[in-house]
Amino acid sequence: MKAAILYVLAGIAGGVMGGMGLGGGTLLIPLLTLFLGVAPKQAAAINLVSFIPMSVVSCIIHAKNKLLDFKKAFLVAVPACVTSVLSSLLAQKVKGEAVTKGFAVFLIVLAVSMLASRSAALVKDAFAGLSGALNFPRAGKR
Amino acid sequence: MDRIRTFFSSHKKTAVFAAVASALLTGTANGLFGGGGGMLAVPAYTVLLGVDERRAHATAVAAILPLSTISAAIYIANGNFDPSFGYFVSGGVIIGGIAGSLLLKKINTKLLEFVFYGVMLAAGIRMLVG
Repeated sequence: MKAAILYVLAGIAGGVMGGMGLGGGTLLIPLLTLFLGVAPKQAAAINLVSFIPMSVVSCIIHAKNKLLDFKKAFLVAVPACVTSVLSSLLAQKVKGEAVTKGFAVFLIVLAVSMLASRSAALVKDAFAGLSGALNFPRAGKR
Repeated sequence: MDRIRTFFSSHKKTAVFAAVASALLTGTANGLFGGGGGMLAVPAYTVLLGVDERRAHATAVAAILPLSTISAAIYIANGNFDPSFGYFVSGGVIIGGIAGSLLLKKINTKLLEFVFYGVMLAAGIRMLVG
């Protein structure tokens, strides 16, 4: 059992990223398993439990700001609920190590694709800026 | 990416079909790994359904809430939630979540995104080989 403050700090780091909409769980789970030695399924459960109060609060704020599209939320939530019941039950049956390896592949694929798309956008912006500066009105547009 | 977006905006039925398919993946990942579903739901909203970035993030949080609740119940029922340190982490997440929401208005997240995805990549590799 590590010091309580370390768990709180890991939670804060995950929470900050989650609050900014960058994916809190994808940071919190590796922090807990890699640095604090928490078992993979324990880390998963903590992330799921922690997400509930945070997202209730943020849903209220977003609804007030009229940023919530309820119809589209249902469109994703209903099919996702079905598979999440099945996959949660499956997770209870498999070894923690298998969950970690699967999650590792998931993280790598996501990180590489996000880095690639963000870099492409950055390069495009740079070209658009450059051609704007050099006054080539057609370049940089698609 | 723009071309993909244009395609889906003129093929609405295909877009909805693809969004449901990606929702099935979102649920699978979120339940199996205990998180990360939002990383799949947000692009489904922005790329497939043409929702703008801010609305997509907000709507994804709402969409993930019911499935995280169901998954959390299944994990707890199977004795995978240890309250002895779980509540410390949850408390931290709530504090951090509020700070993050407030920070979002004030800082440029572009650079932070690069750092974040770099950390994600490193963590993934470490988990795979470790």
